Amino acid sequence: MEDKHITPKSGITRRGFIKGAGLTTVGSVALQSGVFAGTEKTEEVKKDLGPDAVNITMNVNGKIRKLNIEPRATLAKALREDLQLTGTKIVCDRGSCSACTVWIDNTPVNACMTFAMDVGDKEVTTIEGLAKNGKLHPIQQAFIDHDASQCGYCTPGMIMSTAHLLSRNPNPTIEEVKHATRGNYCRCGTYPHVFEATLSAAKKMK
Amino acid sequence: MDTKKIKMPYGITGEKIQEVEREVPITEPDGWPVNAQLKQVGKSIKRLDAEAKVTGAARYTSDMQLPGMLIGRALIATYPSANIKGIDTSAAEKLPGVYGIHIMKNEDDREYPIIRYAGQPIVAVAAINEDIAEEAIDLIKVAYERKNFVVDIEKAMTPESPIVYEAAVEQEESEGGEEIAEGLKLEGNVRGPNQGQPRGELEAGFAAADVVLEQTYRTQVQTHNALESHGMIVDWRPDGVTIYASTQGTQGVRDEFADLFDLPRSKVRVIVEYMGGGFGAKHGLGTYGGAAGHLSKMTGRPVKMMASRKEEQISQGNRPNSIQRLKVGVTKKGDLTAIEQESYGTAGVGLGAGVGGVAQGMYTCPNFRTRQYDVFTHAGPGAAWRAPGAVQGIFGLEQMMDELAEAIDMDPMALREKIDPSRIRKAARKMGAERFDWSRRKPKASDTGPIKKGIGMAQSSWWRIHNLNATVEVKLLRDGALEVRSGVQDIGTGTKTILAQIVAEEFGLQTEDVMVRIGDTLFPDAPGSGGSQVTASITPAARNAAYQVKMKLFDQVAKILEVDASTLKLENGMIFSTKDSSKKISFQEASKKLPVSQITATESRTPEYKGDYLHWDLGSVQFAELSVDTETGHIHIDKIVAAHSCGRPINVRQVESQINGGVIQGISYALYEDRILDRNTGHMVNHTLDTYKATYAADIPEIDIVLLEDYNAKSSTDAYGIGEPANIATAAAIANAVYNAIGVRIREIPITPDKVLKALNQV
Repeated sequence: MEDKHITPKSGITRRGFIKGAGLTTVGSVALQSGVFAGTEKTEEVKKDLGPDAVNITMNVNGKIRKLNIEPRATLAKALREDLQLTGTKIVCDRGSCSACTVWIDNTPVNACMTFAMDVGDKEVTTIEGLAKNGKLHPIQQAFIDHDASQCGYCTPGMIMSTAHLLSRNPNPTIEEVKHATRGNYCRCGTYPHVFEATLSAAKKMK
Repeated sequence: MDTKKIKMPYGITGEKIQEVEREVPITEPDGWPVNAQLKQVGKSIKRLDAEAKVTGAARYTSDMQLPGMLIGRALIATYPSANIKGIDTSAAEKLPGVYGIHIMKNEDDREYPIIRYAGQPIVAVAAINEDIAEEAIDLIKVAYERKNFVVDIEKAMTPESPIVYEAAVEQEESEGGEEIAEGLKLEGNVRGPNQGQPRGELEAGFAAADVVLEQTYRTQVQTHNALESHGMIVDWRPDGVTIYASTQGTQGVRDEFADLFDLPRSKVRVIVEYMGGGFGAKHGLGTYGGAAGHLSKMTGRPVKMMASRKEEQISQGNRPNSIQRLKVGVTKKGDLTAIEQESYGTAGVGLGAGVGGVAQGMYTCPNFRTRQYDVFTHAGPGAAWRAPGAVQGIFGLEQMMDELAEAIDMDPMALREKIDPSRIRKAARKMGAERFDWSRRKPKASDTGPIKKGIGMAQSSWWRIHNLNATVEVKLLRDGALEVRSGVQDIGTGTKTILAQIVAEEFGLQTEDVMVRIGDTLFPDAPGSGGSQVTASITPAARNAAYQVKMKLFDQVAKILEVDASTLKLENGMIFSTKDSSKKISFQEASKKLPVSQITATESRTPEYKGDYLHWDLGSVQFAELSVDTETGHIHIDKIVAAHSCGRPINVRQVESQINGGVIQGISYALYEDRILDRNTGHMVNHTLDTYKATYAADIPEIDIVLLEDYNAKSSTDAYGIGEPANIATAAAIANAVYNAIGVRIREIPITPDKVLKALNQV
């Protein structure tokens, strides 16, 4: 193929420039939108989807929920998209940030690395299920009191990790708190207040 | 404009606070006393939205599902430099569940975009779910005409390098606080120089020096990597467009969207209630916002378009790298005689890779010159990143100051005492050094065992930025309820809470009594969260609006109590006359008697009051203590003391949260983070969170914060920001401490174990 030289008109404006930089898009190429715009397609679409979706039940936060999901659906997706339990966050989608931490039978897991179908009859606890009878879990209250969230996106995962720590170790040291949250990524850098909140909740739970 | 003269506090914590007189608009309230005498402001009030965050109830853009919503995904470029000969979308079009396909353009006269980096978005597809959208992406065929590329900055600077842009390009301002230089020359891939504001005569300066040092410092590319990726949901309807955006600037998104689609701004509404981190990269519409707009317009359905983690890392912004050469002269007494700076940095296909104005402005030095160049490479665009330029610039400048101090046998703190005109940093140095116990600093490489301890310090500077485009409406209802409304967004800094504190203070109420509605362009316009400008901009507007509502209420009460409105005061829920304390009515009762169901006032930020600043910049001083394992090269940060000022702090706990975050990001920058591009393919090799190393819980040291109050008497709240200042000095303080520990200076970050071991081998 010939190597064509680009000779754009001189003095590209910032608008033109950022288009190239990929910071915005411009110029609609309305690809015969009519071809795609048939809203009546939804039904036939469902039939064409790969391996069929299946009906399962899942015990989530003490309630039995019915789900119609594809076998490839992760627990994180099923919780967020099918059950609207969006407190469980998906960030890396490969088990390296713990933002999707939930408990399966009281053991923390990465919901992004767990198939929804593999949960079986075990009980799933999400951040939405941590408060009982309208009363916050002590770690949730401690996160509020110690300003342990900034943007808040890592907070549900952090709380599921630290609440689990306190359930098996009522007297953690700060090193043990760091160990329990070692997989939880927080870009705002709220860790010091997370540590404080966890130690304070431990004291209050006695 | 009518004015009045008021008294305001002026001074720094630990010093005697004076009272100064300021002439202020008559529409503004009297000055507040120092924080110790206030009830809501300056206190560690709990975040109003904390409960929503800890229960999972907070709904972020990425959590939203609208009825009929389609999911958009992007096809990204496989090659770093190419022309596109054709795009075949026919198979994708036939895939059931696909509703719209949009091809992105970047040159108006070309059918297809020019590819300038691997990962550049080319096509966007909207489908009924994410899986089908991704299948459709896989079915699209792109015919590339590949061209040579360059991803290495130093190669890009050579005459034989492949060229990224053939014509001059300009940078448009974002609200991230980066410096913009216009009309600079482009030669090959090198654009510049930006020469800042030179002064004096360099040669004479160097001639007057006893010691002249010249060194080169290098910093890496750092990605923003916010937990919530970039993205938006666009819901295009005939009567107007609603956009749910993960943004740090509602107004910026609205304006760019309206411009792009040629709509009046009134027809575009942008909403962000919760957003999962931005750090500078989430200003403006962005690739995915624009694509979602086209797709929603085309399909008549809401379209959600969020970047994947990989795309987030590659195409959605980064902090440019830098190669900085500094030549500085100093006398034996510790006076700087000349500073010469030359820097090259690459923001990939973007601009803004300078090293900021810190070398120019921070220290007293009569002769100064800088030449800062941007170098284009075939890599994703840079974006503002918490204190753009200053973070890179301070890494060089503050190591150089330590090197000069050593050369003239002076303590690093003593040198700064000599050259730094800032009263604020002087106070921060004193208080920080006491807290840190700087006096225990030993000569370099004193420890004899394999673990060597070191301590170091560095300073920083950031502007006191405020934006007059900051408007707030305060509304009092007949039941005594107060509502604050502004288009400003809370990106995790606590803006919502501080607005409530300001209004509660003015009305003598509790912070939680005030309802705050923000993050929506239905409300009055306000600036983006960038440059640490929001607190300085929006809090005076909020206080002024609250004051106006209070004055209107007093006018009503004056009629009821038959007193002069100017004698009325509101304290602890009671309105009373200062002339006759028997004339009183509760705030609740007074509200019930409003002649109409509400009183509102809308006020904007006014210019800074005339009069001196304690210092023009927001100064900080940070101290680092660390241990270097000389057998493994591993560095462990033991402690950071961070001494900061942000004017009048509004919410102390929230300020501390931000300082912690700035320090932790600084540690991450100093020791771990590094975007790595494969020179053979142009692809980023470490775009996953497990391969892009950053600070996690195990890396977090003790962080001790010294928060100064500095009262400058410049606005009705006298508050400034803390976001950028917190992030600037850490990496330089760590590098200086590493030198103190091992006696070899490492002038390049991240200071990974291999660099430590290599440096030790030179001993």
